[in-house]
Amino acid sequence: MGRTLEAAAPRFRPGDRVRVRAAHPPGHVRTPHYCRGQVGVVERLCGAFPNPEELAYNRPGLPAQPLYRVRFRAVELWPDYREDPADVVEIEIYQHWLEGAA
Amino acid sequence: MNEPGELPRADRVGYYRRMQAAVEELLILRGVFTAADVDRQVEAMDGRSHERGARMVARAWVDPAYRGRMLADGSAAAEALGLEVGPLRLIVVENTPEVHNVIVCTLCSCYPRMLLGIPPEWYKSRAYRSRVVREPRAVLAEFGLQLAAGVRIRVHDSTADMRYLVLPMRPAGTGGWSEERLAALVTRDALIGVAQLPDVSESADR
Repeated sequence: MGRTLEAAAPRFRPGDRVRVRAAHPPGHVRTPHYCRGQVGVVERLCGAFPNPEELAYNRPGLPAQPLYRVRFRAVELWPDYREDPADVVEIEIYQHWLEGAA
Repeated sequence: MNEPGELPRADRVGYYRRMQAAVEELLILRGVFTAADVDRQVEAMDGRSHERGARMVARAWVDPAYRGRMLADGSAAAEALGLEVGPLRLIVVENTPEVHNVIVCTLCSCYPRMLLGIPPEWYKSRAYRSRVVREPRAVLAEFGLQLAAGVRIRVHDSTADMRYLVLPMRPAGTGGWSEERLAALVTRDALIGVAQLPDVSESADR
């Protein structure tokens, strides 16, 4: 990644089941509403990046947050999903929005 | 076409144009950058097109080692072809006979501009952004793309620091083609995932 930032340690690994926090704070949040509260599987760890919710207010956003790509089943995101039940949606989510799921 | 609660399109554009002009003028007055800097950036942006992404795809089709590198680290693979991507963190997702990938940014309009240039208007529309995650086949059909039965869809929501490029399947009938000729087949829409590349078997040798 080139530069070394003060970064939080990754808590999840590919294959881990995670739940997105069902929170609704104001501000510049990069977690789409449609996946909040939903359970998905970590596809990969993308590295650590300054928290955009802090950067938006000209703060340093450190420690950098590990960023994951999380895979969700479309039928779980959308109860009325009418297409192939094997379809998935993959979303980038920062670690502070994730908790472990059984 | 207006969304409920939005200004008529012409007024909305006028508002943001005025805002953009005012902010630009202030930043120039303050010496943050010069008018020439702005012109240079606009020119560089206009000069980039999907031909950059197409070059990467063509190389991946003819060079399996490059394909592997591109899927492991998209940014490094772009730079290996001399394509500057700056701070862009690129993830390349590969279409196969079983999986079709499509890219969206539901939150705004994140797009790999360094490799594809300026995004098309529809990519930024609320209709595309809200619908492709919940009825992808219906949206793809409107682009004229009917996926074969049994093909699964992976929608990639570009919500944060990564940008995405689709590696389309190589069209049948292109065996032995040069990289340049292959690159010319690759469309912007195929690199976003709203199109597939047609077979060229019938016209290949004419």
